[in-house]
Amino acid sequence: MAKHEYAFYPGCSSQKGASASNYLTSVESMCKTLDVKLTEIPDWNCCGASIGYAEAGELPRHVMNARNFALSEKNLPGQEIVATCAACWLGARETRERLTHSDTLMADTREALKEAGLTINEMPGIRHMVEVLIEDLGFEEMAKHVVRPLEGVKIAGYVGCQTNRPFGVAGESFENPVYLDKMVEMVGAESIPEYEQKVTCCGGALAFSEPEKAQAQIKDIVESAYDHGAEMIVTPCPLCQANVEIYQGQINKRYGTKFDIPVMYYSQLMVVAYGGSAKDAALNGQVIKARRLEEIAAKPVKR
Amino acid sequence: MSANTAVAEKYRNNFLKEIEEQVEMGDWVKMCMQCGVCSGSCPTNFQSAWEHPPQELFMMIRAGKREEVLTSSSMWNCTSCYNCIVRCPRKLPITHIMHGIAEYAHRLGMAPKMQPTRFFSGLFWKNCTHTGRVNELKLSMGLYFKDGFVQGIKNGMAMQSVALGLVKAKRLNVMELFGGHKCKDQKGVHAMLKKAYEIERGRKTAKIAG
Repeated sequence: MAKHEYAFYPGCSSQKGASASNYLTSVESMCKTLDVKLTEIPDWNCCGASIGYAEAGELPRHVMNARNFALSEKNLPGQEIVATCAACWLGARETRERLTHSDTLMADTREALKEAGLTINEMPGIRHMVEVLIEDLGFEEMAKHVVRPLEGVKIAGYVGCQTNRPFGVAGESFENPVYLDKMVEMVGAESIPEYEQKVTCCGGALAFSEPEKAQAQIKDIVESAYDHGAEMIVTPCPLCQANVEIYQGQINKRYGTKFDIPVMYYSQLMVVAYGGSAKDAALNGQVIKARRLEEIAAKPVKR
Repeated sequence: MSANTAVAEKYRNNFLKEIEEQVEMGDWVKMCMQCGVCSGSCPTNFQSAWEHPPQELFMMIRAGKREEVLTSSSMWNCTSCYNCIVRCPRKLPITHIMHGIAEYAHRLGMAPKMQPTRFFSGLFWKNCTHTGRVNELKLSMGLYFKDGFVQGIKNGMAMQSVALGLVKAKRLNVMELFGGHKCKDQKGVHAMLKKAYEIERGRKTAKIAG
């Protein structure tokens, strides 16, 4: 039996061929090393994300998340739900909070769920993967598995918004969370605690609808990483990752910059440090290639 | 009588009450003490994007400026970064209030029709509830073709290098255009949402009648 077991809510962007499929691949490799068993919630649906608000309303939005809770309870009773995506985690946690605090909303939700042949009896715990790593495993346990430290690599820890606000990771401040820097050091790389853009918004969904606004924000995030001598950026959020990575070319055209900095997931750094191959870490999923990590991943492992 | 006139009739000269009863988290608006921390914390406020930052909108609601508030593009500039929520000294759930006012304006048909984020927001919800899961390719295409076919091709061309990069990295699948990821029990998802809308509409209408 695995040391830690959870009901897994991968979310839309993690699916095969979707924008964060590389995140999922690296999380799977990471969990194998750490003996964490994730069982996908059967037939899970979209959390509705924050941007669906124009038509979602209150109840329909919570019902979407509640369906996942019900499916998890039915198929994986007693297990906490773990999400890797910041928006999935936030959406589910918000629904959990609202339903817990309002009997009316809970009753309405149960009535709607009945239409799908489902019900909720217990509220599940909702965790982000980084919470599992920090709280259930701990830094000491995570560090034990490092066999190929990312020595000499300077990495800017970009936490972003939704993994940090409004819920955040327990014990961390909203203005200056430090867990990501600690994870960077845990894999043997050099962190940049003074990176002042670590909780700046990447523009979220506005990167699609009003790119000029989002790209102005992304420019600050990338520029500051360069100013602090970073070789790459690391983040725990799929939308942060995509927004900060894939628009660098457009930002270069718009502002005359020469940005070309890889943006990684914490899980990718961990997989390489744990001795995994470039493929295990899904380094082939980068639009801006992380050459330095590819080189390290090709090196033999110190056992 | 249209929905808009019905509510105008009921809440005549009391826009604050209308917001309290019809908008998600609207009953928090009166708690705002006009400190402006939300406006100073908003990432899009620094790009001359806002007509009215949150604290200004809240005062306009209290001043009964119904038309100006509901037709404003301001709420649609929210990136859902939640900075305003965590910094508000009065603990107002500002992000949710902004989304709530936007949703209400959209429901009444008063929101600016071609505001791109309003358009994208509706598109996103339709996209993810259609099959139960987001189809990223159809979502992007839907947005590019918002202003017609010719503009759609232009937008698509402008985004070509971004899309190609993603396709090469296997993070965008052109086959998504023909189906793509979905829930098995789409019927259940639709039935459950239909019921949820019915209940929510019922509750809001009861307040107008009451």
